[in-house]
Amino acid sequence: MSAGIEGRFAGALGGFRLQAEFRLEPEGVTALSGPSGAGKTTLLRCIAGLVRLPGRLTVDGEAWQNERRFLPTHKRPVGVVFQEAALLSHLSVRGNLLYGARRARGEAGFDDVVELLGLAPLLARGTATLSGGERQRVALGRALLTRPKLVLLDEPLSSLDAAAKAEILPYLERLHRSLKVPALYISHDAGEIARLADHLLVMRDGRVTPGGPVRRIADELAGLSPAERDGLALAALRAGLTPQP
Amino acid sequence: MSQVVWTTLRLAGLTTVLLLALATPIAWWLARRPAWWKEIVGAVTTLPIILPPSVLGFYLLIALAPQSPLMGLLHPFGIRTLAFTFEGLVIGSMVYSLPFAVQPIRNAFEAMGARPLEAAATLRATPLDAFFTVALPQARRGFLTAAILVFAHTVGEFGVVLMIGGAIPGRTEVISVKIYQLVEALQYGEAHRLAAAVVAFSFAALLAMLLIDRGWERGLK
Repeated sequence: MSAGIEGRFAGALGGFRLQAEFRLEPEGVTALSGPSGAGKTTLLRCIAGLVRLPGRLTVDGEAWQNERRFLPTHKRPVGVVFQEAALLSHLSVRGNLLYGARRARGEAGFDDVVELLGLAPLLARGTATLSGGERQRVALGRALLTRPKLVLLDEPLSSLDAAAKAEILPYLERLHRSLKVPALYISHDAGEIARLADHLLVMRDGRVTPGGPVRRIADELAGLSPAERDGLALAALRAGLTPQP
Repeated sequence: MSQVVWTTLRLAGLTTVLLLALATPIAWWLARRPAWWKEIVGAVTTLPIILPPSVLGFYLLIALAPQSPLMGLLHPFGIRTLAFTFEGLVIGSMVYSLPFAVQPIRNAFEAMGARPLEAAATLRATPLDAFFTVALPQARRGFLTAAILVFAHTVGEFGVVLMIGGAIPGRTEVISVKIYQLVEALQYGEAHRLAAAVVAFSFAALLAMLLIDRGWERGLK
């Protein structure tokens, strides 16, 4: 059984063509960055099984998708945090956390997740009254309680203002330290990537640029501002990639 | 008099329950991944709104008569005709009120969008599980609206029940037809009592709907 996650998707969706081949490290957070419209969200949806494009995907040696097999989303042990949290509005916070936990028999970790994300004061509340940051914390806890083998986060902070981001980042850093499974984290924000990611993948025009020396990645990102490039370079250094001489 | 009221309430209640069960899969099918040709079905289910009740009643009468191919299928089961029967009235009421059930439920499913179902799938819910634990509760206001509209519309229907029911006391005689007969017979006192009861009942039903809706709105805060 080979650890880690390997995949390749090639196909058209509307007018957009995805041709992505990638590998995720078996541990740590991999940031997926790149300009808007590069196909980051589509790739994430392919991994979650929410979109079906021709290709293959192997997670810890188990085929989630290949020529003969396509595991539907509800059979994939994957935790997804959507951009706008997508909480179930007819349930309380506790109801949202337990919805996935019960179906994945993950109730055992309930108290730990509530503690990790500081959710105790929110449990009885309805989702309509939560702030943006609180919503994302609930969405994150809900995903973790499904006992995932892989966590996917689609720009979970992009809809938040600076104050809300500052509030939630420490929770994400704690999570990063305690997370036992790999995570794919879509983000444009170099600061977030530098604080949260161990590895870096970059997408452009539907393709994933293989991880490599910092300078080459920086060249790929010529469209980004200098500050963003520095952030990505920093993240790449932390990920153990060395600059070219 | 009380028999007329009982027949009416029984008809409206049964129609509402059966129609919601029938309209839910139709509304779901129409709301999911809409294709242009699905609107043909959408138009057919909406047709009873714009057809004159006499036209609808005429065709229903033909369909429920002993000679119709539809009834021919039921002959082996000992059923010769459903015209001028309570069961026929239920079928007619269901056809007549179909749009009032399908439209609000379809709108509610469409307003919900695909995201809650995607979230449910990532939380390990099978499609059927997600339908019952996410789609139905999220669309509950659509169901409430549909139930009230169908019930009220059935209580208020006149043309269709007159044509296919025949106002047989104890079986197919309902309030709206009774009021018409009372007025024709110049029994204004009786007509007044019955009409006032319908107004009061309709008002109470609408008020209940608004209050329940309001309660749901506030429920989780």
